[in-house]
Amino acid sequence: MKIITVLKQGVLIVRVEGELDMHSANEFRQTIDNALDNNEAKHILLNLEGVDFIDSSGLGVILGRYKRVSLLQGQMLAAHIQPQVAKIFDLAGLLKIIKVYNNESEALACI
Amino acid sequence: MAIKNTFRMTFGSLSENVGIARVTAAVFAAQLDFTINEIEEIKVAVSEAVSNSVIHGYGNESGQVELVMNLYEDNVEYIIKDCGRGIADINQARQPSFSSDPERMGLGFVFMESFMDELAIETQVGQGTTVRMIKKVQLNKTH
Repeated sequence: MKIITVLKQGVLIVRVEGELDMHSANEFRQTIDNALDNNEAKHILLNLEGVDFIDSSGLGVILGRYKRVSLLQGQMLAAHIQPQVAKIFDLAGLLKIIKVYNNESEALACI
Repeated sequence: MAIKNTFRMTFGSLSENVGIARVTAAVFAAQLDFTINEIEEIKVAVSEAVSNSVIHGYGNESGQVELVMNLYEDNVEYIIKDCGRGIADINQARQPSFSSDPERMGLGFVFMESFMDELAIETQVGQGTTVRMIKKVQLNKTH
């Protein structure tokens, strides 16, 4: 799995490539947590263009980070979400708490 | 119904093997006329069952997980077996949002149930857990 984090307008952009399962969950969690610890980011924008698989282990990490930014009135957004990943988000109820956009700039414009 | 093909694999309870197991499950299913969407559902269900064995069955201890795949005329069967701790209260474990870990969503069994046509769980504390799932080919599909 490849994860790149970028800080833009106070938003932590997390670009992920690979499969979000129990094998990648720890690295995914630690990368975001480290970036949140070291930056002034209030919101998280997940760019999931390169993610073609997610299961409940991956969702758990996303939910955990959502809870973290929510405590400080931050939002979590997602961009470029693949249809099969969107289906899993929907079933898990994550689409009720995470707003989904076509691309990063649309998402950034809505914060 | 007669088995057309069978495939059995045994692997160590390592997170690396979850991806290998679900990809193998998807390739095995591709022998039948499933849609790409249905194959994706199989991948998630198998991933959940194998993850449960690795995370909850064995915890940090090493153990063996067995995945048996049986191909029939119009369905595919997956049996995921571990000899780990077992599940004390299976009805509770099948509830959405039940999880023994706050970072996890407790959706493992919910996904297995939603994405497969049949789900049966046999478990005994201290003995292990066997999950059996069946996915049927939908006959009224248009191509």
